[in-house]
Amino acid sequence: MTRKSVIMFLAASVVGLLFSLTSVQAGEAVEGTAKADKLEQCVEPTAVMRRNHFEFIKHQRDLTVHNGIRSNKHSLSGCVDCHARKDASGKAVPVNAEGQFCSGCHDYAAVSLDCFSCHRTVPGEK
Amino acid sequence: MSKVKHQGRREFLKTSAAAAAVTVAPGVMLHTLSAEAAPRTEAVTDKVRWGMLIDANKCADGCNDCVSACDKENGLDLVDMPEGADQGLWERQRPRWIRQVKLKDNLSGKITNLPMMCQHCEMPPCVDVCPTGASFRRADGIVMVDRHTCIGCRYCMMACPYKARSFIHAEVAEKLTHAPRGKGCVESCNLCVHRLDNGDTTTACQDACKHQAIVFGDLSDPESAVSQALKNYPSVQIRADLKLNTGVRYSNI
Repeated sequence: MTRKSVIMFLAASVVGLLFSLTSVQAGEAVEGTAKADKLEQCVEPTAVMRRNHFEFIKHQRDLTVHNGIRSNKHSLSGCVDCHARKDASGKAVPVNAEGQFCSGCHDYAAVSLDCFSCHRTVPGEK
Repeated sequence: MSKVKHQGRREFLKTSAAAAAVTVAPGVMLHTLSAEAAPRTEAVTDKVRWGMLIDANKCADGCNDCVSACDKENGLDLVDMPEGADQGLWERQRPRWIRQVKLKDNLSGKITNLPMMCQHCEMPPCVDVCPTGASFRRADGIVMVDRHTCIGCRYCMMACPYKARSFIHAEVAEKLTHAPRGKGCVESCNLCVHRLDNGDTTTACQDACKHQAIVFGDLSDPESAVSQALKNYPSVQIRADLKLNTGVRYSNI
């Protein structure tokens, strides 16, 4: 085997390895692909959101369902729209998938997350 | 395709509204246009009562455009039959907000078709019986279910004289942003409330009806198309004997 063919073989196997790695990556969220990844802070300062996001969402849900107010500073669909990441193929990854924005924290804190038994977990259809 | 049609309609309404602005007081038009443009920021009030008039004469035999439009608009077509379920049971129990009803007069043989959905009663029996307050009537006359408080007891389904409510028996994989849906809650027609809250003034079934059998609008506004139609043509409430004052009325049945 010549030196050249050995190099060619090595190069081909490296390319093949990289290719298989990226194909495994498909379906997994890519960091930096959520709208929120590019923003300084959420609709409120980060500390306030960490402490009170559930209060905001709960308050908004009653306003929306009973009063029809859909101007959506504190809406759950706003959370999903901004925080859902995309996979390598550009498809949105559910915010409640393992390790994603919502469930990452909720799993760690052992707080059950019931929103998504009814609500859509990826940004809207429009 | 329907989306393009829908935009066309909105554009048409906007331009005709602009044309009307010349003759109508400018303040009134400003209000209408801002309502058209953006999601609602203030609570609904009882100044509006949404309702419809359905002309059963125009409702064609074999047509189910309103039902499929409703299914699509509200994500009902995304609800799959649970695995291993009985096909016949599924057909009877699957969530549907509009039912096609066919009436036959045994004496004359005359057949009447009509869509039957939540009648948006002023005195809704479903609200009376709900133990948690989940079944409620919004200020603008829309009767709906707050799924956050619904416990799935189905008393409302028993109480409704119109068989208008559906129950979600199994988890639903795919749902729309504006139509959340989960196992163990009751639901029914909400007059496309997400459209109304975002400033639109039509429902999916009305837009889909090529026979113009459905007129939708504000019953409290004497100038609205639906009020004018109710004023000019004879119409009935179904089960008027129950004195529920329904928001959905029918003519020619």
